[in-house]
Amino acid sequence: MTDQSLPSHAAPALSASSLNKTFTVRGNGLGKPARHVHAVSDFSFDLPTGSTLGIVGESGCGKSTTARLLMHLVEPDSGQIRLSGEPVGTAKRDLKQFRRKVQMVFQDSSASLNPRLTIEQSITFAPMVHGVSAKEARETAWRLLDRVGLDPARFAGRYPHELSGGQRQRVNIARALALNPKVVIFDEAVSALDKSVEAQVLNLLNELKAEFGLSYIFISHDLNVVRYISDHVLVMYLGQVVEQGPVEQIYAAPRHPYTRALLASMPSADPDQRTMAAPISGDPPSPIDLPPGCRFAPRCAFAEGICNTMPYELRHGDARVRCHISDPQSGHSKAEAAQ
Amino acid sequence: MTVSEITLPTTQPTRSQGYWSNVWHKLLRDRVSVACMIVLALIILSAIFAPLLTSYDPAVGSVVQRLKPPFTEGYILGTDELGRDMLTRLLYGGRMSLIMGILPVLLALVIGGTLGTVAGFVGGWTNTIIMRATDVVFAFPSILLAVAIAGALGSGLLNALIALTVVLIPPMVRVTESATTQVRSLDFVEAARASGAGGLTIIRVHILGNILAPVVVYATSLLSVAIIMSAGLSFIGLGAKPPTPEWGLMLNTLRSAIYSQPLIAALPGVFIFAVSLSFNLLSDGLRSAMDMS
Amino acid sequence: MNTPLLSVKDLTVQFRTAKGPITAVDGIDLTLERGEVLGIIGESGSGKSVTMRALLRILPEAKTTISGNLLLDGKDALSLKGRDLASYRGGDVSMVFQEPATALDPVYTIGTQIAETVRRHRKVSRKDAQARALEMLELVRIPSPASRLGNYPHEMSGGMRQRAMIALALAAGPKLLLADEPTTALDATVQIQVILLLRELQKEMGMATIFVTHDVGVAAEISDRIAVMYAGRIVETGTAADVLKNPKHPYTQGLLSSTVQGAKPGAPIKAIPGMPPDLAQMPPGCAFAPRCPLATSTCQAAVPDLRTQGAARRVACVKVEEIA
Repeated sequence: MTDQSLPSHAAPALSASSLNKTFTVRGNGLGKPARHVHAVSDFSFDLPTGSTLGIVGESGCGKSTTARLLMHLVEPDSGQIRLSGEPVGTAKRDLKQFRRKVQMVFQDSSASLNPRLTIEQSITFAPMVHGVSAKEARETAWRLLDRVGLDPARFAGRYPHELSGGQRQRVNIARALALNPKVVIFDEAVSALDKSVEAQVLNLLNELKAEFGLSYIFISHDLNVVRYISDHVLVMYLGQVVEQGPVEQIYAAPRHPYTRALLASMPSADPDQRTMAAPISGDPPSPIDLPPGCRFAPRCAFAEGICNTMPYELRHGDARVRCHISDPQSGHSKAEAAQ
Repeated sequence: MTVSEITLPTTQPTRSQGYWSNVWHKLLRDRVSVACMIVLALIILSAIFAPLLTSYDPAVGSVVQRLKPPFTEGYILGTDELGRDMLTRLLYGGRMSLIMGILPVLLALVIGGTLGTVAGFVGGWTNTIIMRATDVVFAFPSILLAVAIAGALGSGLLNALIALTVVLIPPMVRVTESATTQVRSLDFVEAARASGAGGLTIIRVHILGNILAPVVVYATSLLSVAIIMSAGLSFIGLGAKPPTPEWGLMLNTLRSAIYSQPLIAALPGVFIFAVSLSFNLLSDGLRSAMDMS
Repeated sequence: MNTPLLSVKDLTVQFRTAKGPITAVDGIDLTLERGEVLGIIGESGSGKSVTMRALLRILPEAKTTISGNLLLDGKDALSLKGRDLASYRGGDVSMVFQEPATALDPVYTIGTQIAETVRRHRKVSRKDAQARALEMLELVRIPSPASRLGNYPHEMSGGMRQRAMIALALAAGPKLLLADEPTTALDATVQIQVILLLRELQKEMGMATIFVTHDVGVAAEISDRIAVMYAGRIVETGTAADVLKNPKHPYTQGLLSSTVQGAKPGAPIKAIPGMPPDLAQMPPGCAFAPRCPLATSTCQAAVPDLRTQGAARRVACVKVEEIA
């Protein structure tokens, strides 16, 4: 450990305040105008140490950009990321230190492993970049392989294509842990796995979290998985957080119309109680050149005039909701009465 | 950190066959590729060991023995227009022709490969500058450009070498650039960045190993082109100078014998054809051997 | 009519590979009545997609051996050749794929693709085919269908593309619709719309449907009956309610108890240990035995038959009486 200024225990493992990222698609200079993709707007959260934050949303909602922003793989236009309460510098050295502490597991288990490297080489790569000796890195790799349920004597010398998807994802988890990080971000990390394998990996993740004292950010489109693994959940729509709070509160009593629609869209799993009507129609629109105002308004059953202005994220107990209906002062006809 | 201690065994773990040894085994199972490798090995070895295989001097002939047909006593493949032993000249000629075919490709591989990797990995303006410059050179038909450059520099082996290298660099840049761009967007490169590795480390460990396969395949196919082009330059007098034995040059000087001894006049062409075709087929074989599922 | 629409007996599909033959589907039996929806649940490698492709006869013939019986409406579909095969594919049977982005031709408009399909299977004029295309887009509830006819696939959103794919599949009025994970690639709020659409269309048009999915919830939403596949074999069939509420095969039980749906957050999930077998190296006897908590040596002796367990219920497990 090099940084001596240990922050107080209360500081969240990772937090972000007002992150913004807009990608600009250049025009062609022949009348085709430049377009702006609002990948992430006004994004804030705290990840308390030892907890799991689930991020859910549909395609184009900015989940993956969020992961890359948090990893500093993409630089935000504005806003700040703090690790254990300390702002993250952008100097090369600071970033390298940051990356020891925050690691990521990707969705595509096969694309995220170099096909020309053995499993052992893939896992030892990062520690060796940070100056760990080859011998020590190899010992760590073997220990971690054993811990994620892969016999090192059998798997260390193999190549990724010889492994199943579930095994590869275990290797990716071992690789992420090789730097002894504080926070691990999972970007749809179990989405491509078979259900029976998914269950095994989720169990493993829960065990590892306790054992290594980790905090997780778990990005997924699967609401069941997020409910199972998360303490807090954050619902995104078109680059914005529409609702966040403790997982049971959000699932039991969603406030935002989008969260409600999303939860009601889950298949019932009971053939005698089938879903009778789709909660909302249409596809999520593309996040290009968004109008001002509430981004969900075009698909919202409760949209009215006031929804052409952007609602704020307001606190409701432990949760925060971005909807005019949840704001007693908004003037929306269905607005909740002030308590 | 509390992880169950596990002792490292002293024996090596079961190590899977590496990618390249896998490719090699696949290549050995392909009959066409094996045949090509045998042909190339024979020609290359016989060029290297030419002095051991023949006692004639490639530059000295006897006027009395001009244009003897093949299988003449003492001259297995006959003699040329100056009475020099054809076999000797073909063997020695292979030295120059092979060097002039292979060296420019190797140089282009190093120079073009470096430019392409940098362009592909760094992207942005660097990419634009390198790739547009490449396009300018690429816009000229390659053989004409080689002739123009060799002509401007003046005839001679070194200048022909430079001309060929310049012509072969652009396609090499393009292939490396597109391979690099493809690999760069894969998650494992992102993961390497996320673990704090620098650009050069990522290129060395993660990019090179993955672009090598398509680049090597392409370089092998360029060999067949380079052999023909270098022979072409010598044929029109921009490469090797008489009496240096060189297949392209031999084709030129034997033009006069095309009616009297067509077999002899065609022999250098047969060698050029065999080498070029072998490289071409070998590149196809390599391509399918490297295509891993 | 008492003959079922589809009757599959002992269907076996083998792939010839460099490493020897691989049996992807191993002797499955299926029957499907007119207007019935069968859900096939299974994990990757269970043979569910291969079964669908065998039913549509689109497996590459040079690399596959298909044996068994396949009767559609009394017609032997395995012996079809040439023109008959062409009218079978897309005419009698059609398929909705998982990825509409790759299953639709990117260089033709949606309208052209549907009209072409109609004209391939019915003798109608170009104009009537276009009209039919419009009708189909209305049927799958694509907003402003007339203008959508001229759209290329890339101009549509994922959900719209899948609707267009369904319109294309239904254009020639097939007797049997095969749906291979048609909602897997879609967003949650779109998935439920497409499931409901398929359910309504199936009722309206009355075609029999086989719906392949790995998602138990999706299967519950649409299936009348469910077949569970494991390692190329059907291990359990029955009505959707029976199979999902009272699973009898240890694999089905494991699959249902390993879903996170309803699992207590944080508590360990009862996951099935191990992973599905490599089809090139199948274990002897019951393929699930190596992962099964109830397995004994009898399980390795022979592949268990699908045995009838009450009405419309069949289970392939020697221990089924003990599980009860």
